[in-house]
Amino acid sequence: MVATPSPDQNRLGRLARFLGVGDTAFAIEFGTGIDPVLNARVHRAAALIREATFPGVVETVPSFRSLLVHYDPLATGAAALQEAMAGLDLGEAVVSAPERVWVIPTLYGGEAGPDLDEVARATGLSPAEVVARHADTLFRVYVQGFLPGFAYLGVLPPELELPRLTTPRVRVPAGSVAIAQRMSGVYPVESPGGWRLIGNTPLRFFDHAMTPPTLFAPGDGVRFRPVEAGEHAAIRAAVARGDYAPEQEAGR
Amino acid sequence: MSARLLVTQPGPQTTVQDLGRVGAQAYGVPVCGALDMVALRLANALVGNEPGAAALECRLIGPAFTVEGGPVRLALAGAEATIQVTCEVARGDETRSYPAWRAIDVPEGAGVRIGTLRGSGAAVLAVAGGFDVPVVLNSRATDLKGGFGGLGGRALTAGDRLPVGTGAPEGPCLELPRPPSLAFDGMLRVVPGPQDDAFTQDGLATFLGSTYRVSREADRMGIRLEGAPLAFHTSADITSDGIATGAIQVPGSGLPIVLLADHQTVGGYAKIATVISADLPRAGRLTPGAELRFRAVSVTEAEEARRALEREIAALVASLTPVRAAAEIDLAALYATNLISGVVTACDPE
Repeated sequence: MVATPSPDQNRLGRLARFLGVGDTAFAIEFGTGIDPVLNARVHRAAALIREATFPGVVETVPSFRSLLVHYDPLATGAAALQEAMAGLDLGEAVVSAPERVWVIPTLYGGEAGPDLDEVARATGLSPAEVVARHADTLFRVYVQGFLPGFAYLGVLPPELELPRLTTPRVRVPAGSVAIAQRMSGVYPVESPGGWRLIGNTPLRFFDHAMTPPTLFAPGDGVRFRPVEAGEHAAIRAAVARGDYAPEQEAGR
Repeated sequence: MSARLLVTQPGPQTTVQDLGRVGAQAYGVPVCGALDMVALRLANALVGNEPGAAALECRLIGPAFTVEGGPVRLALAGAEATIQVTCEVARGDETRSYPAWRAIDVPEGAGVRIGTLRGSGAAVLAVAGGFDVPVVLNSRATDLKGGFGGLGGRALTAGDRLPVGTGAPEGPCLELPRPPSLAFDGMLRVVPGPQDDAFTQDGLATFLGSTYRVSREADRMGIRLEGAPLAFHTSADITSDGIATGAIQVPGSGLPIVLLADHQTVGGYAKIATVISADLPRAGRLTPGAELRFRAVSVTEAEEARRALEREIAALVASLTPVRAAAEIDLAALYATNLISGVVTACDPE
């Protein structure tokens, strides 16, 4: 006989702990690692808090295993908000197939991906095998952040897992497709960066004039499609003209 | 006709800032905004603006500019500095000097030069009507790293023309009779966490017990500190999570970095503590070489400290009064102006 779940086992207060982040924010931490179930809970909590419109909540920032709640200390207090949020019912954590899957045309190796050969050497694979494993992976958008439009895409096959570069690059070109540890990502703008660069895509991921300003949304699927230099250049030109619609695969 | 500032010397890093860009951090968009919110609010109050009107944040040395297209009323707050206003008069150029913490009416055609900032590395220059740059994601603040907001997403350069919003100033110029002290007592209050458990007991004791110095690597993103490194119980690396302004992250070197307005939205280094919001303006004023210590307080104490700061700001705004006769203006000019209302326009015809 299946036990009936107790009514409060899915309450936020039972699944997470609150951590102090000064007097204008606190963290709701669901765990410590990168895990699709934890991440689903984070995004679920963000949605519930948005719907509940707690007075004084300014915005929330979801990340892998934790939700940062920004609040106005002149309108409310951490204690009162945490007490109210602890009672939210998150329901059963469900990691469903993505509703949409973006297809990211990617030129791998060479100048576009200067670390591809080193990644191949370090993993004991051929460059073609590294590309195949990266391009065969259906990634999920876990977190957006650190840069506007940067998405942490998980998870990378374990055989491609490598630490970040010991010395980060001062300048990583916009569109660089990169990997580090169990994650992949695309640098949306030129930036310093410590991830290993294996390719480049001409797509744009952030436009401050769009609502929302990013291409991806949390939970989206992402797949990389290898392209040759000619197609990469053609797509880059189309993006610059403003007449390239990013490809999507059917999701669930 | 709307006025503009034609920038002749930009200063080391002068940017358009307001109270910051909230609501898009979930997309990776940083908050930005003025490092010293008290200065922003006081500068805006001095020229009759709403507290969050877009103003210029000046770092170390202010800009120089010419006023075009109409007169402007301006005020500098957050640092001591000499503001020189140069006008063409019948007998040639005439320059008058004014202090911070008061409004100044500057006629069309006049040149303004703001000198070296004293007492803070980040002052705010407000103009009546605010700066009329486009609103991007609910804010006019410059995002230097993202390259948007403010004037073209960058710091000012010579030749820029900054549009001033409409809304002619009414009434006399105001001054702040008792400006807030900029003297730094060397203490920033912090709430420990969210990753204080990544450090050893010794590491935590070192953090709260030693003196740190602001290094040369200090900008709008953060301040790298020099001093005793902190020992980790686990490691500097965590699964990336959200960052609040004031967070003190500690990379593998063990040396703390205080994150300021332009900090990234999420990050993968352990954060030992967060500077409380009441002390963030003080952190924003720090310049390389400054020494500081940290003192732990509870969230409740931090929230109370913030309410106390708000009461202080409200009292300062309530204390604004019409400018009294300024000593540097010669007698003839004084007699030519209305001392009772304090209407003193820079470069009134003599």
